[in-house]
Amino acid sequence: MRSTTSPGMFLGAFRRTHEFRLLIATVGLIAILSVSSRRFLTLQNGLDLLTSYAFSGMLAAGLLVVLVSGGIDISFTAIASVAQYVALVAVMHLHGGWLMLFAIGLGIGTALGMLNAVLISTLRISSIIVSIAMLNVYFGLLMFLSHGNQLFNMPDWFLNAFSWVLWTDSEQNPYVLNAQIIGLFVCFALSWLLLNRTSIGRQIYALGGNAEAAARVGYNAWRLNLVVYGYMGFIAGLASLAQAQLAQSVAPNVLVGRELNVLAAVVLGGASLTGGQGTVLGAILGVAVLACMENGLILLGVSSYWTQFFDGAVILVAVSTIAWERRRQRAAMRRVIAAPAGAAVARQG
Amino acid sequence: MSPVRRIPLVSATNRVLLVLFAGLVLLFGTVIGTPLFRLGTLRAMALQVPQLGLLSLAMMIALLSGGLDLSIIAVADFSALVSAFLLTNIPADPGGLGILLQVLCLLAGLLVAATIGAINGVIIAYLDVSPILTTLGTMTMIKGLSVGLTHGGVISGFPPLVLFLGNANLLGVPVPLVILLLVAWPVAVMLNRSPFGNLIAMIGSNIAAVRYSGVDTRWVLIRIYVLSGLLAGLAGIIMMARFNSANAAYGESFLLVTVLAAVLGGVDPSGGFGKVSGLLIALAILQLISTGFNLLGLSEFLTLTIWGVTLVSIAGLGVLRQRLPSRRRAISPGQTSSGPISPRAER
Repeated sequence: MRSTTSPGMFLGAFRRTHEFRLLIATVGLIAILSVSSRRFLTLQNGLDLLTSYAFSGMLAAGLLVVLVSGGIDISFTAIASVAQYVALVAVMHLHGGWLMLFAIGLGIGTALGMLNAVLISTLRISSIIVSIAMLNVYFGLLMFLSHGNQLFNMPDWFLNAFSWVLWTDSEQNPYVLNAQIIGLFVCFALSWLLLNRTSIGRQIYALGGNAEAAARVGYNAWRLNLVVYGYMGFIAGLASLAQAQLAQSVAPNVLVGRELNVLAAVVLGGASLTGGQGTVLGAILGVAVLACMENGLILLGVSSYWTQFFDGAVILVAVSTIAWERRRQRAAMRRVIAAPAGAAVARQG
Repeated sequence: MSPVRRIPLVSATNRVLLVLFAGLVLLFGTVIGTPLFRLGTLRAMALQVPQLGLLSLAMMIALLSGGLDLSIIAVADFSALVSAFLLTNIPADPGGLGILLQVLCLLAGLLVAATIGAINGVIIAYLDVSPILTTLGTMTMIKGLSVGLTHGGVISGFPPLVLFLGNANLLGVPVPLVILLLVAWPVAVMLNRSPFGNLIAMIGSNIAAVRYSGVDTRWVLIRIYVLSGLLAGLAGIIMMARFNSANAAYGESFLLVTVLAAVLGGVDPSGGFGKVSGLLIALAILQLISTGFNLLGLSEFLTLTIWGVTLVSIAGLGVLRQRLPSRRRAISPGQTSSGPISPRAER
């Protein structure tokens, strides 16, 4: 298993990672865009970008954990739709408050995520198939029961929540720190803590790196799956509430369909579909590259109809370089193994 | 791992599926009565199945080889758009030359589809990128190309030949269904009896073993994705003919459903096992549920739910059948329940 690389500590090692190349690409992209568009590198544009990509970013933080564990989840957009819809309907009808909103939204998210985990563990079919099936189940039920009706007229305390004006500039433009940006940072912080600062996080890496070995060591795959998919559901619930607050309305069918975009961002960040690989920094950069590029293209005057084309090109280039790099690493590893033991130690040392 | 010892997702799949199909016919037949068996209903079903059917075949080929092809819908729409663009820009000629030109337009669409499939195959085979990620990339890019070129608009107004493909009857059978069967049959024969079909299944079981036995796996992979692309392109042409228009976003909701249909039909998502006959029965089941619910006035979205539940229950049934009769479940080391596609999906 490759361990995560923490920047600062091993700058030499970090320089050879995918994250480093991605960081260079991101900085380069930002530099080019800043030179060619005066509106790009402004605080306002930065805050706007953070706000509009918060939902995808939060989900990316959750999906990263699932990918590290060696699984995959496609159903999180449906879970998010169910969580936000039920939570807001309940709050509106029962005149509840924040506590109720979060309890229901996060509770439903976690519960549905755990249901995925139970099915994946007991049915012994791959997580992608279970999550595709459950995406249809959750989304179909929600659309059936809600008749596709949108929710408006949400309580004022929800609509006006969390916007702290950082300061106002000379032209009276407020710079606002809002719920979405806070949620984005919270989610990435949670994923980082879970993966790097808890025993469970290390077990998740172990499970994804080699499930058989992890089982032999005595890690409980069943319980780990419960944590991983439950966490994904929890994040989906949180992200859905932030998204509803931003949109100021809830439509049951706007979130489903975005799942592959989130997957693309996480994979762009270097997470492997076979598990055991992927870092929070990578996921952040993966989202950042796509966000900056999409935003930059629009600022440069490229029609937004072409956004997706460039997204696809970036994804293809990224997954190809990652695969190329991994193949080189494997070849190097084989050389080390093939060489006599002394030479291998000397080479590594 | 020898194929004989492998436990397929559902044992004796076709039998279970046929029983399920018969049960559903009985259930819906009792609840709905004669409207279910009216000629109009059957015709509507026969018109709806082929698009999903061809797309599911395209997905199935990739699944059999242990991969996945997320780009099928994007390829279908793009090649339909190419054909549509050509069809609406050729000189109108009612004679034989016109027909020839129109056929060439359709073939051009298929050629585009095959080319994109070849690109997928080359990236997967030579750059060692996992099929999911490769096709996720090409899906996004090709869809982006369609949206960018058409600005999300529709191309419509086709000659009679195209409308014939989409809506006419041959001996009382809708042409799209005829096309599906005409395609499914050779594909089935190819998968079961040809060396190429054998190679697909072997690659899905253990690609390293195939490579070490002297097979050019890269060339086989490219052919797999070309075939997948071709089937998707054909589905695109059928969709275009059915709707008398082409658009960058037709059939998008089918993408994940094709995986459901293939897996429900007994295709092992980790590769190697699956039959076209199983897929066709699964399609009939899905369509029957959809039509039945429609006649009962239930939401189309409830159909999605039932489709998902059906898949999970069939899989659950498989697990139960393994556990109940004998306790000696063969647990293969690589078979972890949480792997996304298969341990070796990303080589």
